[in-house]
Amino acid sequence: MSVRYTNEHEWVRLEGDVGTIGITTYAQEQLGDVVFVEVPAVGRKVAKGESVAVVESVKAASDIYAPVSGEVVEANAALADSPGDVNAEPTGKGWFFKIRLSDKAELDGLMDEAAYDAFVKSLG
Amino acid sequence: MTEAAAGPLKRTPLYILHRELGARLVPFAGYEMPVQYPTGILAEHAQTRSAAGLFDVSHMGQVRLTAKPGHSAAKALEAIVPGDITGLQPGQQRYTQLTNETGGILDDLMTTSTGDHLLLVLNAACKDADLAHLRKHLAASCEIEPMFSRGLLALQGPQAAQALARLAPAVATMKFMTGTYVMIDGVECYVTRSGYTGGDGYEISTPADAADTIARKLLAQPEVKPIGLGARDSLRLEAGLCLYGHDIDTTTTPVEAGLLWSIGKERRTQGGFPGASVIQKQIAEGAPRKRVGLLPEGKAIAREGAEIALAGKIVGKVTSGGFAPTLGRAIAMGYVERAQSANGTKVELVVRGKPVPAEIAPMPFVKHAYYRG
Repeated sequence: MSVRYTNEHEWVRLEGDVGTIGITTYAQEQLGDVVFVEVPAVGRKVAKGESVAVVESVKAASDIYAPVSGEVVEANAALADSPGDVNAEPTGKGWFFKIRLSDKAELDGLMDEAAYDAFVKSLG
Repeated sequence: MTEAAAGPLKRTPLYILHRELGARLVPFAGYEMPVQYPTGILAEHAQTRSAAGLFDVSHMGQVRLTAKPGHSAAKALEAIVPGDITGLQPGQQRYTQLTNETGGILDDLMTTSTGDHLLLVLNAACKDADLAHLRKHLAASCEIEPMFSRGLLALQGPQAAQALARLAPAVATMKFMTGTYVMIDGVECYVTRSGYTGGDGYEISTPADAADTIARKLLAQPEVKPIGLGARDSLRLEAGLCLYGHDIDTTTTPVEAGLLWSIGKERRTQGGFPGASVIQKQIAEGAPRKRVGLLPEGKAIAREGAEIALAGKIVGKVTSGGFAPTLGRAIAMGYVERAQSANGTKVELVVRGKPVPAEIAPMPFVKHAYYRG
């Protein structure tokens, strides 16, 4: 399954009807060293665009928005003890949470990898 | 401190070096400054606590005061600061504040007597206003010479002394809060043993055209790595040091800010500085509020602006907060009403609408390690 991207620099990877969500390499570079991640509670219903998590770097706190609507089915509890995973492996061990999508068609509105790469390049 | 206003950003003499080192440059107080280098803030913070870090603080405002015939620069400066300046021996440095008529703080600064002059180091965001203030109050008694193009390098950390002594042996025996002229790489610099990290270290004032070469010489020492403003902020927060525009400003007095130690004993009784009556009253009766340290429970970080609540009532606000890399936990400072300011008082910090339990705690959070000989 391909990965989709938002212009808030989140990625979502779909397996069945569950999407795994994290932030991109570009996003973690911009944030700098991540020291704390607040993930959403399992079972929470979220709407696309809603603030659902917070990532704290040494310098600042940033909201993470749900790239799709649905129900949170899992959150990455390991980030509590190793927030640095977000820097080291933003698209791997540094994932944030998983959502069971209520409307897979929402993915169509997100960018594919080529479009996201072009978007990042356009930011200079 | 505030970020840049409109207009092109200024650059320090180390701009090219920052670019070469791969710094992330951000607007800060009208300058394009390095917030971090590729290693990142956590590594830079640890480097400064364990070895030595080199900071570019050339954006800060260096000013030289020289008494006009028949005048005393120290006496003149005392008319606008509460610190004991006339008591400064040549080669001694002191921390003080420019106060306003209500006892608020226009800026905080370092003052060093060379014997012939007073050297001031002012905050970058305040330096233009400070210069106007100095001219307004001191022009009759002092020559006021802004040296805003000079370089100012801070070399900080437990190995700063051995690194700098290799280039200028005389610095090894300097004590905390003293200053002296030394030759570095054939250039006369003014060095003070001081800094903004709570640790040992120096600030080195260089001619503008020598700053780059001297910075490269320092970075060539095995103990030294470049450090950005991000780690400068986390280091000073651990040390419990105030950041102007955040922890102190025109609405906070030195007494409220816990800076009474910086007001000379005689000056407390004799006054003679702006806002003296307000400050003297607070010394006698206690200030209505106090700056305190805060230790939040858990991992959430309470940052500037978070409200401080006690039994459901707002009693103050966080003025600086962040992650303390040395401690591996969140720390903060802020103001609370004096009645609630005792160490150990349980409060709540409102972080993103949610109350986080916290305790009022003594500062510094990380013990100071100044070199007193």
